[in-house]
Amino acid sequence: MRWRAFAALLLLPAAAWGQQDSIPEPLTGQPGDAARGRAIVANRAVGLCLLCHSAPIPEERFQGDLAPSLAGAGARSTPEQLRLRLVDAARLNSDTIMPPYYRLDGLTRVAKNFQGKTLLTAQQIEDVVAYLASLKD
Amino acid sequence: MSSAGDAALEWRAPSGRLRRIPLVRLGFALAGVFCASLALAQSGDLRRSGYQEMGPALQKMQDDDTANPAMLFVQVGAAAWAAKAGAAGKSCADCHGDAAVSMKGVAARYPAVAPAPAGPVDLEGRINLCRTVHQQAPALVAESDDLLALSAFVTLQSRGLPIAPPDDPALAALRAQGRDLYERRQGQLNLSCANCHDDNAGHRLAGAVIPQGHPTGYPIYRLEWQALGSIARRLRNCVVGMRAEPWQPGATEYLALEAYLMDRARGMALDGPGVRP
Repeated sequence: MRWRAFAALLLLPAAAWGQQDSIPEPLTGQPGDAARGRAIVANRAVGLCLLCHSAPIPEERFQGDLAPSLAGAGARSTPEQLRLRLVDAARLNSDTIMPPYYRLDGLTRVAKNFQGKTLLTAQQIEDVVAYLASLKD
Repeated sequence: MSSAGDAALEWRAPSGRLRRIPLVRLGFALAGVFCASLALAQSGDLRRSGYQEMGPALQKMQDDDTANPAMLFVQVGAAAWAAKAGAAGKSCADCHGDAAVSMKGVAARYPAVAPAPAGPVDLEGRINLCRTVHQQAPALVAESDDLLALSAFVTLQSRGLPIAPPDDPALAALRAQGRDLYERRQGQLNLSCANCHDDNAGHRLAGAVIPQGHPTGYPIYRLEWQALGSIARRLRNCVVGMRAEPWQPGATEYLALEAYLMDRARGMALDGPGVRP
């Protein structure tokens, strides 16, 4: 599993994801788990999502408003599109403030304890994709 | 509005930059009316301090000297101002006299350029120069209560005065470096200061309103810290939040950012020592 994710990280970026609107292939062999994905989105130290986005996670107060609500994300975008937006939203909009969740190149002065690490693992990306895809309204 | 012959609209954007738009030539009568109303509408300074962004309860806490925790440090600083220190056996007051007179407006001018070889320093740096050069005492440790207390005491003497950075050309390069750092993305989150404090000020990052980042209140008593802290400490918090590598304490980068931000806040009222959430 691990080597596969790593290979994807190394090989895919510029070439395969370059000009596309989506990442068709899952990053791992194991399907994403929406319940785990919800927990990642809700956790401000892991997904960080709620710092900027709101989401239909009522038990979490103080959700951010810098970015669109995640409610209905699964109706607006396909899982493949969501995957690209998580992996590296800058490929769609270079000015985005959305952090690249699965990219290592092009970053500056990354703190030592985060160097060489993506924000989320490949499996975590798939879990969040599964959760977001389930948000139909 | 600028003077006649070079008619233009000028105003301060929230970023602090001076914006300027030459007026389109209109019929004389129309132009007069149009101009006046447009100037009224657009020449307003859109900058807001962290104090203005706070709720009324915190503003009240800051305004009440018996409730503002920073005032405890001011008392310590006042005592330190009068106490002799170092091999020279001099107090701050021995040279500077009554701080209410001699220090009025000083905090509003820093960072400033100290005589060579020191170069640009912030207020804490200036205090330490006085200690090492004039008092022949060891420098106070950065971020220590002793240094912050003196800084808070000196800052209080400028409360309510407009921030007035010196027009010293030696500061230009430092400000440019600060601006570059401010606008450059960094860290695992790949964010710049400007991403939040220019482009998204007023929005909520989780529960907290993002301020425009004007350093009007330093040193601040930050409730999150339960302590008084310098602008360098506050900058470090944001850098760590971006998951970027914080600069070493005392690094030029903090001074550069401070020099840029104080210039960006030029003319705003200094409200330190402040309280912030």
